[in-house]
Amino acid sequence: MASARTPVVAGWFTSGDGDFRLLGTRCRACGAVYFPREDTFCRAPRCAGEELDEVPLSRRGRVWSYTDGRYRPPAPYPSDPARDWAPYTLIAVELAAERMVVLGQGAPGVTVADLAVGMEVEVVPGVLAGEGGQSWTTWHWLPVPAEDVEESS
Amino acid sequence: MTGEVAVIGAGMHPWGKWGRSFVEYGTKAARAALTDAGLDWPDIASVVGANTVRCGYPGQVAGATFARALGWQGARVTSVYAACASGARAIDTARAQILSGMVDTVLVVGADAAPKGFFAPSGGDRPDDPDWLRFRVLGATNPAYFALWARRRMALCGDTPEDFAAVKVKNAAAGAANRHARYRSPVTAEEVAASPVVADPLRLLDICATSDGAAALVLSSVDFARRHGVADPVRIRAVSSVAPVYPRTALDLPDIATDSAPDALVPDGFRPSIARAAYEEAGIGPEDLSLAEVYDLSTALELEWYEDLGLCAAGEGAKLLREGATALGGRIPVNPSGGLASFGEAVPAQAIAQVCELAQQLRGRAGDRQVAGARVGITANQGLFGHGSSVIAVR
Repeated sequence: MASARTPVVAGWFTSGDGDFRLLGTRCRACGAVYFPREDTFCRAPRCAGEELDEVPLSRRGRVWSYTDGRYRPPAPYPSDPARDWAPYTLIAVELAAERMVVLGQGAPGVTVADLAVGMEVEVVPGVLAGEGGQSWTTWHWLPVPAEDVEESS
Repeated sequence: MTGEVAVIGAGMHPWGKWGRSFVEYGTKAARAALTDAGLDWPDIASVVGANTVRCGYPGQVAGATFARALGWQGARVTSVYAACASGARAIDTARAQILSGMVDTVLVVGADAAPKGFFAPSGGDRPDDPDWLRFRVLGATNPAYFALWARRRMALCGDTPEDFAAVKVKNAAAGAANRHARYRSPVTAEEVAASPVVADPLRLLDICATSDGAAALVLSSVDFARRHGVADPVRIRAVSSVAPVYPRTALDLPDIATDSAPDALVPDGFRPSIARAAYEEAGIGPEDLSLAEVYDLSTALELEWYEDLGLCAAGEGAKLLREGATALGGRIPVNPSGGLASFGEAVPAQAIAQVCELAQQLRGRAGDRQVAGARVGITANQGLFGHGSSVIAVR
């Protein structure tokens, strides 16, 4: 049985101890960054790169858009049909340095009323709970308190 | 310019939730198209089927499935898949066969039998499949993506939920006059506002249903059409089948993230490029259009297409709607068929159904939905995994 330390997908984020980050890869030839990771070929059409190195993505970004799921998604989403459905938010976040938008669930308790396009959010470790007590680690986006927002980002 | 092919027959099976086989729907649509064309099935030289991934092996060899159901008569068979753009790829393949001189007449068929509720990925444990991953990791359904785009329009363009509801009201009014539509009742803005939120800000009546349905066309060379007694046939002048250009910076189904573009010159969006390729091939522009059929997976997405087709400037889709320009009787009616709002998605059939509507409109046979003096029509849609499609027909 999967434990809460098992990532929902291997190699997409750090273990959660200390500085939690999403993990992408960067092409050695052209510098293009990929998430989810590309490990064999660069997808840039004019790049023949075949060597890509693991790279942590920016910890913070700004909300590109957001929504929520009011109904239970179909399998393979891990969900216990015996429990009432609790909506969660989905947040698409634009990372400035990578100039890339990454989708993720909002941290528990974050609702669409808490969100706005352009708001700063930070990646944090999260848990996906499935049937029969199974769970997996994942990433969540959490709004950054106004006093912590970095002027430069 | 590539050259034109004639649309000499169009047929559909009414859309709904009938609980029968997609083969039955497609065969009925094919027979209706053949009758409309005044041709006997054995006269057809080639069959191109738009595949469905939901109906087992027969769905993945749709051309052969329909040829067998109509009665093997030796015609060439081809089956194509391009997700929601499969129907347009089938039309594109038929056109290529005709323009190359390979055949004179082609039957194009698409049909589906859709499950209730959200579309879901194929079964199994497939962590190398982006479509499987977005459900597994995030529970990101199709309406979730429609909602992300809708929210972004609200933030960037000032669209409101009332604008989105007005799209549904417009399309339901047109669909009420279409005997092939699944939903044939007018809908009010109050009814949209009272329907449950599925994915904020979109409500149930903002999002298209999943349907059973079928559509078919008989295409021929223009010479064949004239020999066959159609002096002034509807002609397909362009079929756009472009793919996106790297790097893509707008989040799109089924991806969890966009490409990264720190230093790259970011190309224009994918959807505008779909229509641009069609306009260039046809040698016309948006100002020449009489009508448009667009892929309104959600009410908000229809407004996006107005801009992508060049019917108005970027960000002004809602303004065009509020002016009444895109309603029947307006300057440029959009979705006079009733659109997906009235039909629901029957994936391989929808892009063919869009061209059926163009054919009826350009022949002046659309009844209460008729766009007066229609001469030029465009369709637009987009299939999962980077399949653009747009067809321009003229008469």
